[in-house]
Amino acid sequence: MLRDLFFTFFKIGLFTFGGGYAMIPLIQREAIEKKKWCSVDEFLNIIAIAESTPGPIAVNSATFIGYKQKGVLGAFFATLGVVLPSFVIILLISLFLVQFKDNTIVANAFQGVRIAVAILVLGAGLKLMRKLKKHWLTIVLIIAGFILMLFHWLPTIFVILIGGIIGIMYQTIVTWIEVAKRG
Amino acid sequence: MDKIWLLFITFFKVGLFTFGGGYAMIPMIEEEVLKHGWLNSVDLLVDFIAISESTPGPFAINIATFIGFDEAGLWGAIAATLGVVLPSFIIILFIARFFTRFAKNPTVNGFLSGVKPMVVGILVAVGVGLLCRSTIHTDLFHLSDWVFDPRTWVIAAVLLGIRLIRPKMNPIYLILFAAILGIVAYSLISI
Repeated sequence: MLRDLFFTFFKIGLFTFGGGYAMIPLIQREAIEKKKWCSVDEFLNIIAIAESTPGPIAVNSATFIGYKQKGVLGAFFATLGVVLPSFVIILLISLFLVQFKDNTIVANAFQGVRIAVAILVLGAGLKLMRKLKKHWLTIVLIIAGFILMLFHWLPTIFVILIGGIIGIMYQTIVTWIEVAKRG
Repeated sequence: MDKIWLLFITFFKVGLFTFGGGYAMIPMIEEEVLKHGWLNSVDLLVDFIAISESTPGPFAINIATFIGFDEAGLWGAIAATLGVVLPSFIIILFIARFFTRFAKNPTVNGFLSGVKPMVVGILVAVGVGLLCRSTIHTDLFHLSDWVFDPRTWVIAAVLLGIRLIRPKMNPIYLILFAAILGIVAYSLISI
């Protein structure tokens, strides 16, 4: 069973490029349809949890499904399986990159590639923006995050934490008002 | 502090705050890379983002492995990767054991309702920053340092056009195409 968890998640780790939501269909096919390790409802719950916690969805799902199957050891082997392929591949690439980064053609290629990366990051931000609820506080926080980061006024971790604290405060106030209205 | 330990602690911190997918880690990692003088240049970080996008596995793990290896070899790679994975591993174990209704908890929801828009703002700012660095080779506010290179603008316009026409295209193809454009523009056309 532990070996099965390890190899299934190894396969999932090996075949997902880009990470994130790209791995959801693969996890669904391998862990749910083939192995029946959890139901579709449970899996939707796992995705909701993965979205609410830090870290990549792949790692979160591996840990969760591994734990549900075989406890802490299961979680360990499933997570190890999902992490190992990219770990090994990146080690090999690091060796290669160090040797080739001063090559002129490689350097020229990266002149173009850096622009592509910028466009991809911008695209990811705009795509996430469309998924947010339309609400005045959301818009204020997007603008605040943008300005704080553009001018590098605060470390990123503080900016993220400020967002979270404002979110909790807003939620608490809204709940108070609702209780007061009813009461 | 021992380098291996520093890598572990740094990536543990980064892993703890990575909400909203891998790209949200970029500014955090950039701050750490600058602070500790890792990687020799921030450009290498951007190059690595492209490599990470073209190889399997989540971005968070790829970048940790890469920086760890570059700084302290195999043990550095292991320490950084372990550091970035451990926070989510522990949190998920805790949730799976005690708290499966975690995603419906009002405090968690309140926290995330503030974190998500903040992360979007951060990502857009990071994208703008990267676009400036890759085209005008400085940041937006150093007007006098702006570099105008027509080759860059052509590449940027072509890539942006492709992205707008085919928004669902696999990022790997965009990166490969950008690499070809870069080689053609910078190797064959000298200004």
